Amino acid sequence: MGENIALTEAVYYILLSLNTPLHGYGIMQMADELSNGRVKLAAGTLYGALNTLCDKGWIKELPTEAGSRRKEYCITESGKKVLLDELDRLRQLVNNGEMILNRRNTYGTSDN
Amino acid sequence: MARQTIRKWFWVWDFEKEEKWLNDMAATGWTLDGVGWCRYDFKTTEADEYTIRLEMLDKSVYAAGSQEYIDFVEQTGAEYVGNVIKWVYFRKKKELGEFELFSDIDSKIKHLNRIIAMLAIIGGANLLIGITGFARVGYMGLINIGCAAVLAFAAYLIYRKKKKLQNERVWRE
Repeated sequence: MGENIALTEAVYYILLSLNTPLHGYGIMQMADELSNGRVKLAAGTLYGALNTLCDKGWIKELPTEAGSRRKEYCITESGKKVLLDELDRLRQLVNNGEMILNRRNTYGTSDN
Repeated sequence: MARQTIRKWFWVWDFEKEEKWLNDMAATGWTLDGVGWCRYDFKTTEADEYTIRLEMLDKSVYAAGSQEYIDFVEQTGAEYVGNVIKWVYFRKKKELGEFELFSDIDSKIKHLNRIIAMLAIIGGANLLIGITGFARVGYMGLINIGCAAVLAFAAYLIYRKKKKLQNERVWRE
């Protein structure tokens, strides 16, 4: 993707959670767990984001089992691409912060 | 279990106050159990057992998308209490965890946009009916024009809330 985009924290954690198929509540729990309870996705925000991400083709709805009203979602190839680009952006963000604040660069190869 | 009904009016721009009042009631052990036009039904529960949340939906409550949304919120452990036109009310037991409908500024802004759009449509219709009514039947048309003025004022107050959020959005999400 040539676009220079910064994902929102909600979108970042939704995409990350959907590396394995999950339903809405599962995504909330996963985001909560991954962030040590810092990221609480609210139902309305999550629902809106899931619809938007489906429209963008970054995630897809999985066929529901008969009798189940719970929809499951999964990340797509283009969603993974977006996530990888975001990781590069975040890495640069962290590296620049560490460099300017003179903190040890944990991603660097040299040791000092 | 005791029940009581309270009749109360909230202006649309005071929906946060309405939600706070419902949570204050829940804190004293009166939990929302039904809603109607300016009507709130409560039942007794443990004090502070529930969190109450409300929002205005995009479409009618009976539209397929709305039902799907209500199901979705219920799957996160909340209970659907009822609706007044497009406004829906939920409650969730506090022991099941925190309960919010919107967790970032963008979705709060989208919610306010929905309210502004609704006020603009009803306000515009009132203005139109008021003006044509004024021309045809005289001063009766002023009632509609008055309604349109109140709705415009409501839209302005919601717009101010939105502006405040947008300013905040500049430095955080």
